[in-house]
Amino acid sequence: MLKNITLGQYFPGDTFIHRLDPRSKILITIAFIVALFIAHGAASYAVCAAFLALCVVISKIKAKALFSGLKPIIIIILITAVLNLFYTQGEVLVSFWIFKITKEGIFAAVFMMLRIVMLICGTFLLTYTTAPMQLTDAIESLLAPMKKIKFPVHELAMMMSIALRFIPTLIEETDKIMSAQKARGADFETGGLISRAKAMLPLLIPLFISAFRRADELATAMESRCYSGGEGRTRMKQLKFLGCDAVAAAVTILFVACVCVLKHFGI
Amino acid sequence: MAPVLKVENLTHLYSEGTPFERVAIKDVCFEADKGEIIGIIGHTGSGKSTFIQHLNGLLKPSSGKVYFNGEDIWASKETVHGVRFKVGLVFQYPEYQLFEETVYKDIAFGPKNMKLSEAEIDARVREAADFTGVTEEMLQKSPFDLSGGQKRRVAIAGVIAMRPEVLILDEPTAGLDPQGSEEILDNIRYYHKKMGSTVIFVTHSMEEIANTVDRLAVFSDSQIVMQGTPREVFARDKELEAINLSVPEVTRVMLRLKELGLSLDASSFTVEQAKATLVGLGKERGLC
Ligand SMILES: Nc1ncnc2c1ncn2[C@@H]1O[C@H](COP(=O)(O)OP(=O)(O)O)[C@@H](O)[C@H]1O
Ligand SMILES: [Mg+2]
Repeated sequence: MLKNITLGQYFPGDTFIHRLDPRSKILITIAFIVALFIAHGAASYAVCAAFLALCVVISKIKAKALFSGLKPIIIIILITAVLNLFYTQGEVLVSFWIFKITKEGIFAAVFMMLRIVMLICGTFLLTYTTAPMQLTDAIESLLAPMKKIKFPVHELAMMMSIALRFIPTLIEETDKIMSAQKARGADFETGGLISRAKAMLPLLIPLFISAFRRADELATAMESRCYSGGEGRTRMKQLKFLGCDAVAAAVTILFVACVCVLKHFGI
Repeated sequence: MAPVLKVENLTHLYSEGTPFERVAIKDVCFEADKGEIIGIIGHTGSGKSTFIQHLNGLLKPSSGKVYFNGEDIWASKETVHGVRFKVGLVFQYPEYQLFEETVYKDIAFGPKNMKLSEAEIDARVREAADFTGVTEEMLQKSPFDLSGGQKRRVAIAGVIAMRPEVLILDEPTAGLDPQGSEEILDNIRYYHKKMGSTVIFVTHSMEEIANTVDRLAVFSDSQIVMQGTPREVFARDKELEAINLSVPEVTRVMLRLKELGLSLDASSFTVEQAKATLVGLGKERGLC
């Protein structure tokens, strides 16, 4: 049941987008987000949507999977839209009681919704097409300059990859312990707040114990293989920019330039 | 006599309706009579654990029915909750579910959830401890201070303490040394004899099963492919080999001897039986 969480889910594939260097993908995603905030007017939004649609089509990710990621934040999107709808000044179309709906308000609400939806879809596309380990490698490589100011980039990336690696394991473990306690008559679903919190103890205690045990085992395993941090460490899979990254960069630059020009003309 | 547990055309899909959907068991029919001790065998991933989690209502069938004493366990919320206590399930590596301060309290967790009286709980904890060889001294210890084998026995006691009509154990000897395994099997056989309740246990060791069960069911590729007494099943050794299972080693030797032309009853699966057969044969021919 807990397995159905899709956040950060990776869909393996072998498309142009999947083959891109993860660093390119992170940079392109950032460029896309920046462009979304520059965009101002129907034409520039259309260009953003077209760019996103192009990426989705190339990556062969099903639109359904992409939209299912939006479910948890639908409320936030709606609230933002409603606030924009009522609190934008301008030419009044309808007014009742203390509410006024303006033409500008409608535009602002629609654009704000589009912006959030595209933002979320864009970042989901990144996690859907990039394996978590590749992502952390890319982040480590992109943040490498920060090492100059003694920022623990490698340690941070290592912690991230370990955390990512263990999320599914812990979810599986939670499922298993929950079933085992249910088999002894534990009830996680009914009762008031306090009795429910108490009912969680038989789940949480074994879970923590096993998390600590795993951490301990992992530390021992790393130490017995002489792990000593990032200094002088090489990787099995080197990140390399290839021809396809150049193509993707060119398309992205063209796209951002396009949005900037449209913004300049205010459309 | 009506069977205690009856499973009809049970199918289970994991992650139904998503791209990750997979069939874990398909169209399984199964019956367990009162007082039987049944083995379930099959290689890893064949659906054994999924199957047994249906027997006490932890998993809901995608299609098919599970009956306990003739009643559909999914008939209402109460029947599902009730069946949890009547069909006790010990998970694989059950030692990871221990959580209380003392062994005593941990064994008492199930009976407490059944809302029994203090005196009744105490009686059941001591009875269960006795069945599984958990000593008085251990009862007052923290479960986390015990050895792996001891923890396993405490966890099994935690289920036995509910006095289930059917006791199911998922690979109760996995990861234990031969002596520890044999002790646990002895405990289970003793419990079965004393209480006369139905016991179902999952394993992938043919030796373990051969020495213990009345009847066994063989899982392969999400289905039950054979059912019967060990004698009947081991006679189909070629079919077993085809699904990567092997008959006990002694049985293999006997089958080979038969193949080589000795006229003997090859369906022995303990060393003692094999010895008796061979000595008998020798006497017949005047060799000893
Ligand atoms: N919680 C789960 N979610 C998805 N698939 C599962 C889950 N548990 C088991 N499976 C899959 O179902 C199949 C049967 O597994 P299982 O019943 O554990 O087999 P066994 O106990 O015989 O080793 C396997 O292919 C396994 O990968
Ligand atoms: Mg299993």
